[in-house]
Amino acid sequence: MEVLVALSDGILVALEPLNLGLAVLGVIVGLFVGAMPGLGSVNGVAILLPFTFVIQSMTGSATSPMIFLAAIYYGAMYGGAISSITLGIPGASTAVATTFDGRPLALKGQADRALVTAAVASFVGGTISTMLFTGFAPMLASVALDFGDPEIFALMLLAFATFVGLGGDDIPKTIFSICIGLVLATVGFDIVSGEPRLIFFDSVNWFSRGIQFLVLAIGVYGIGEMLWTINSSRYGTTMTNVDVSFSRIMAALRSFPEAWKGTTIGSLLGFFVGILPAAGATPGSLMSYGVTKMVSRDPKQFGQGSIDGIAAPEAANNSASTGAMLPMMTLGIPGSPTTAVLLAGMVIWGLQPGPLLFSEQPDFVWPLIGSFYISNIVAVLVNLACIPLFLWMLRMPFTILAPLIFVLSLIGTYAAYQNPYDVWLMVLVGIAAFFLRLLDYPLAPAVLAIVLGPIAEPKLRQSLLFSDGDFSIFFTRPIAGPITVIALILIFLPLLKLIRDKIRGRRAA
Amino acid sequence: MFITKRNFCALAAAATIALTSVPAAVQAFEPTKPIDFVIMAGKGGGADKMARLMQSIIEQEGLSARPVVPTNKSGGSGAEALVHMKSASDPDHTIMVTLNSFFTTPLRQPGLDVDIMQFAPVGRMAEDTFLLWVHKDEGITSFDQYLEQAKSRGSDWVMGGTGKNSEDNIITDFLNSNYGLEMKYIPYKGGGEVAKQVAGRQITSSVNNPSEALGFFESGDLIPLVAFTDERLPMFPDVPTLKEAGGDFSYFMQRAVVGAPGMSDDAAAYYTDLFTKVYESAAWQEYKSSKSLMGDFMAGSDLKAYWDTQRTRHTEILKASGAIN
Amino acid sequence: MKRAEIVTAFVLGLLSLYLMWKAGEPPSWNPDVGRFANIGMIEGEGPGSGFWPFWLSFAMLLSCIWIAINWFRGTSPQSQSKEPFLDAYGIKMLVLVGGGLIAFLVLISFLGFYAAIFFFMIYYMFVLGRHPWVTTMSVSIGLPVISFFFFDIAMRIPLPKGYLEPLFIPLYDIFL
Repeated sequence: MEVLVALSDGILVALEPLNLGLAVLGVIVGLFVGAMPGLGSVNGVAILLPFTFVIQSMTGSATSPMIFLAAIYYGAMYGGAISSITLGIPGASTAVATTFDGRPLALKGQADRALVTAAVASFVGGTISTMLFTGFAPMLASVALDFGDPEIFALMLLAFATFVGLGGDDIPKTIFSICIGLVLATVGFDIVSGEPRLIFFDSVNWFSRGIQFLVLAIGVYGIGEMLWTINSSRYGTTMTNVDVSFSRIMAALRSFPEAWKGTTIGSLLGFFVGILPAAGATPGSLMSYGVTKMVSRDPKQFGQGSIDGIAAPEAANNSASTGAMLPMMTLGIPGSPTTAVLLAGMVIWGLQPGPLLFSEQPDFVWPLIGSFYISNIVAVLVNLACIPLFLWMLRMPFTILAPLIFVLSLIGTYAAYQNPYDVWLMVLVGIAAFFLRLLDYPLAPAVLAIVLGPIAEPKLRQSLLFSDGDFSIFFTRPIAGPITVIALILIFLPLLKLIRDKIRGRRAA
Repeated sequence: MFITKRNFCALAAAATIALTSVPAAVQAFEPTKPIDFVIMAGKGGGADKMARLMQSIIEQEGLSARPVVPTNKSGGSGAEALVHMKSASDPDHTIMVTLNSFFTTPLRQPGLDVDIMQFAPVGRMAEDTFLLWVHKDEGITSFDQYLEQAKSRGSDWVMGGTGKNSEDNIITDFLNSNYGLEMKYIPYKGGGEVAKQVAGRQITSSVNNPSEALGFFESGDLIPLVAFTDERLPMFPDVPTLKEAGGDFSYFMQRAVVGAPGMSDDAAAYYTDLFTKVYESAAWQEYKSSKSLMGDFMAGSDLKAYWDTQRTRHTEILKASGAIN
Repeated sequence: MKRAEIVTAFVLGLLSLYLMWKAGEPPSWNPDVGRFANIGMIEGEGPGSGFWPFWLSFAMLLSCIWIAINWFRGTSPQSQSKEPFLDAYGIKMLVLVGGGLIAFLVLISFLGFYAAIFFFMIYYMFVLGRHPWVTTMSVSIGLPVISFFFFDIAMRIPLPKGYLEPLFIPLYDIFL
């Protein structure tokens, strides 16, 4: 009961005109920043951070600035789906899984349905996770503390495992793709040994930071895939044919319940992975996609434009981003670059993140939680209202849209890290990706590997440092053990099936 | 079309000005374009928080005519940032906030060919402090008890820190070699993560900055045992310094702003003035005392002399630990 | 049998070998350590810094060999396909579009993003897309202008301007 009273007070504060206005503004900023490939919530939040200082000196509390930044964070999570679906470029790592089915559905002329599903799933995910957050925040914080290095590694292994079946039919090419992604993920300085690795041509400028996810993702999808589309569709095509009409959007809204399975899995799994202090929203959205596919009655639909395949990652990335607020606020550790900036913000506003935040700063915490509910409602409404605008973009002639996508890819890559070398690397990766695409090398596994690799490898090595090099640490710890075993079973299951099929095939022949 | 036209006019005007006006003999320097504010570390760390606080103060008080734009260049323990500074195309508009990797990275990677004495000494904003932290359930309340426990547990006593050969690693090496300990050192990505590992009892101890461990200190999960400072910290009056506990060692983290090599004296003076104002602002002083930061403002030749002693010291430390020859 | 398949497998195999060689490199400040000293398991610590890059590159090499075997035996779809790797249209497209992108990058390093966008859009829309001049010019001018206000002014991310930087200083005077 106490919680409900505190919450309703919080919601009332969040509904005050200034706070509501900031939430609306934040959502709109976030939506557009998130929809730009390359930019993401982190840019929006980092850029407006100094501005929040001004808000704070006006209102005297840290609540309004935080509501504003949190709204940007949410808005961007909604926006990320837009470029994944309409342009086929994941604007941020959290939206990678959305391209797998969002893009095919858009190419079938149902971009409106994909966008609506993404928006509503995001809303459901965001709201469910906010409820979980409201009810169980302090309890969940202690769960997060129990997750040490071996547990996080086991979880990353599980994330990989859910994706074993993602590649094409060509096994060696899929293996190649996973491995090259993992190798590229190790470029840069090794945290554990402090040694540089794979600094090609000894160029500090190009490689000391490592190859960023966005360089690979925008290269593969923004350049490689575009070249492939131009090549295979010849001149004069439009990207997709969509009619924008109110009735179509209403129809898409009404058919949303078909995606209940993906939405539910995404909301719950996303939240749980999100509260773990390692990864932010990306592994959560990837795992939700994988799990939804696994339990689906019709897994062949996935990758062809499945509604569940859009709803799962979108529900998950919103759910996880709410979840990620938890370790940031109660443990003071950011799970993602965006929460890192939010953390910096809290410090600037004079708040001390830590286990006592909930009990000592109720005036900050409850209005913020209240604003999560409000921002989600605002975000889904703004998003639905903007869908015709995004669809209109797709109706441009291809010879205008294509160079526009190229320009966006280049600017986006630069804007993400302000490193001109990244832009060159991105285009070169893109051209290489085009050749590999022509030969049916699946590239999604490489993109996933470069997302998960940099989290998994240090955790593996930190665990082994801890255990003096003994691998049994992943099996004997109470939480890590079961997760590792499940992950290994999932990884080897398809392999066993394959061998069984081969043997049967031979017998039959 | 309206904007386009207006922009055309502006461009035309710009061209005329650029072509006709000969830069008058420089009086005082004023930035003419956004200032590139490089952060030698990733988002979310101590340096990043400070840089963004400085930026916020500058924006709020309207101290600079042009915005300060923070960019994180975290690659290679600061190598990326140092090389970026060295090759800055416009040194008058390029400044950087530093950590101690400003000293150690050029020593460890001579191939970068970076001489820190060529950087412009804009201002030292603070010195961050280090304390030794353990979890309350270890049942340890004093440095002596810690030594006893750590000695008996050998390599089962695990110290966490930020990165290899970093500040945390230097202090751990010092404790190991001077007190006959065999603590294991595990490098993590950021100080917040290290503090969380201690709070969750995944590792045994850490040497976090106060700002990183404060949340867990206030909740009572983490206990500071000893401070690696010269005098007791006002925030932790009951925590003895290592010198009181019989050791001869203190260690600080430089939090300074430097200008790119080749920055003109006028520009350096401008930035020193700018950051003096930031330093004197109420917000900065508040941050400094609440996060238990030490050190007064320092600039110009004093700061260079400070760098020189720090560089010599880090050379010795790194040689002793075998990180360099 | 498609020749590009085997050529690509061979090139990627070479790349894997290079990555393996590079993964074993000793750190620059400690040249006494031999090459490939870091690719094994270190006693009591787990894998060395070069362990993953080296063995994953080795796995890449193995899969390239596997791809090559499939090609010789003709068991993979690509090795059976009779379609050309890139037909005349494809080559022309790659030269025109890919070349345009490279030229775009070169232009960026001299004239900065905004001028480069202007020329790239003209090239793509007028030369490749054969759009009328009016459409071409309005997009080519509008896009850099919108980008400038979005990135340089609103987002505070100054994009590189190359040698044109002095032209932008009066704009900063007005808008910042």
